[in-house]
Amino acid sequence: MTEIASPVPPKTGNLRWAALREFWRYFSVNKGAVIGLWVFVVTVLIAIFAPVLAPHSAEQVFSKSILVPPVWQQGGSSMFILGTDAVGRDILSRLIHGARFSLAIGLVVVTIAMISGVTLGVIAGYFRGWVDAAIMRVMDIILAFPSLLLALVLVSILGKGLFNAMLAIALVLQPHFARLARAAVMSEKTREYVTSAKVAGAGHIRLMLVTILPNCLGPLIVQATLSFSNAILEAAALGFLGLGAQPPTPEWGTMLSGARDLITRAWWVVTMPGLAILVTVLAINLVGDGLRDALDPKLKRS
Amino acid sequence: MSVPVLEARNLVRDYHIGGGLFGGSRVVHAVKGVSFSVGKGKTLAVVGESGCGKSTLARIVTMIDAPTAGELLIDGEKVDIARHGLTKALRRKVQIVFQNPYGSLNPRQKIGDVLAEPLLLNTGMKAPERRGRAMEMLKKVGLGAEHFNRYPHMFSGGQRQRIAIARALMVNPSLLVLDEPVSALDLSVQAQILNLLADLQDEFGLTYIFISHDLSVVRYIADDVMVMYFGEVVEYGPREEVFANPRHSYTRTLFAATPKSDVESIRARLAKKAALVGA
Repeated sequence: MTEIASPVPPKTGNLRWAALREFWRYFSVNKGAVIGLWVFVVTVLIAIFAPVLAPHSAEQVFSKSILVPPVWQQGGSSMFILGTDAVGRDILSRLIHGARFSLAIGLVVVTIAMISGVTLGVIAGYFRGWVDAAIMRVMDIILAFPSLLLALVLVSILGKGLFNAMLAIALVLQPHFARLARAAVMSEKTREYVTSAKVAGAGHIRLMLVTILPNCLGPLIVQATLSFSNAILEAAALGFLGLGAQPPTPEWGTMLSGARDLITRAWWVVTMPGLAILVTVLAINLVGDGLRDALDPKLKRS
Repeated sequence: MSVPVLEARNLVRDYHIGGGLFGGSRVVHAVKGVSFSVGKGKTLAVVGESGCGKSTLARIVTMIDAPTAGELLIDGEKVDIARHGLTKALRRKVQIVFQNPYGSLNPRQKIGDVLAEPLLLNTGMKAPERRGRAMEMLKKVGLGAEHFNRYPHMFSGGQRQRIAIARALMVNPSLLVLDEPVSALDLSVQAQILNLLADLQDEFGLTYIFISHDLSVVRYIADDVMVMYFGEVVEYGPREEVFANPRHSYTRTLFAATPKSDVESIRARLAKKAALVGA
């Protein structure tokens, strides 16, 4: 035989490891993505250890210290590093606890949107014909509305509250997943390995889920990261409009909305939650961009 | 001769193209009334230029697509997937090996799983038994146990084609459709794969439908030869007869277009060239 076999058969674990290392090589080229990843990891850690890290409870009211400025400003106190809000709650503690909400929102929304969107997209791309037309026209209709407006309408129908807001946002984000999944399935379906699996006797469900879907995951993972930040942003917007999480929940958007009359008197009450949203969303977007570059085979060098 | 493994009577396949918002649809006749039969252990080579309906024929025989009209008999049993669907027993009888070894293996499936999948889907075997069978087949096609847990991208084209052949043989088919199995491989590897196919044919008593555009390969492996031209069979007969005495003008053109690489013809060609230069 002329085919060359490598002398040492690599084990599966090594293979995974090697794949991960290669991925990291491509990913780490993008410095922004690496920074974003670190910021995101820190945010996750903060959310997990919120009760340990936060100096006070999120809802504890210090009635003697209302609107105390941050520690570096005149009149600031080391007890409240980022100051207090109009009721006398420590902003830092609320932000730390709020990280839990934001991440939970992102996670739940992306999970719901991804599962429903990918299911619909795979069905549409696999069966084509009228099923495809029906599903994709509904997706087009959802996409035709400005996303925040549609989310608003849905929340007013479903009723206020964080969970309903999450459902509404998931529904708004789901067409993107459906489209991506459909396009990927359509291109993979014509590949010969799919026909081979069919000849081997695989049924529709197996072809869709086991044969085709794993090969379409790259773009979907990227879309999931980008949707994660989108979900946080939209949840904050809904919270700001009073339709998302209800006070006194320390959700970042809700905190912003409660403080909007104070914007001229006490800048820190508005700025701090805004900064928290900005930093988190930016970090996740950077990670998403980095993932897209690292997972896109067309951009692979060497 | 006993009942042929495969018999086709007047197979027709039409494709409807277009029919969009503007402009009417038109019908492309990819296969126009093709009839043939193959006996057990024999090889039928289907030859023709690209676009002449070879691959469409392969898809019909493999029961991936249904013919528009005509009859397909496998082991003397009539097959009609458009109306009655396909039973598992029938599915196991015919398997296919594709031309492109880079596209026919799922990039996210380990070789062991690629080979065990047909068993998982068609038999009630337990996992250890499936592994054992897959390992056995892997060795039969000239690969080793160390390849079992690797992914397709770690193999060369020739090795992948061996894997594709192994997968096709996992369910003990009686008929194997080979859709240009060596066209994408370089010459030395082509010979290895052809030898492997010949060995496997002897061992399992397989019947081959060998689709190719390469006449030197066909001459090596075929018992019967069928030449297709624009969806029609223009020549059909035993290999010696077709090669020695081609009746249709297209067959003659096809033979004339084959580059000859034996020493005699190269000498003749050089002599001709020298004569031209000298003149």
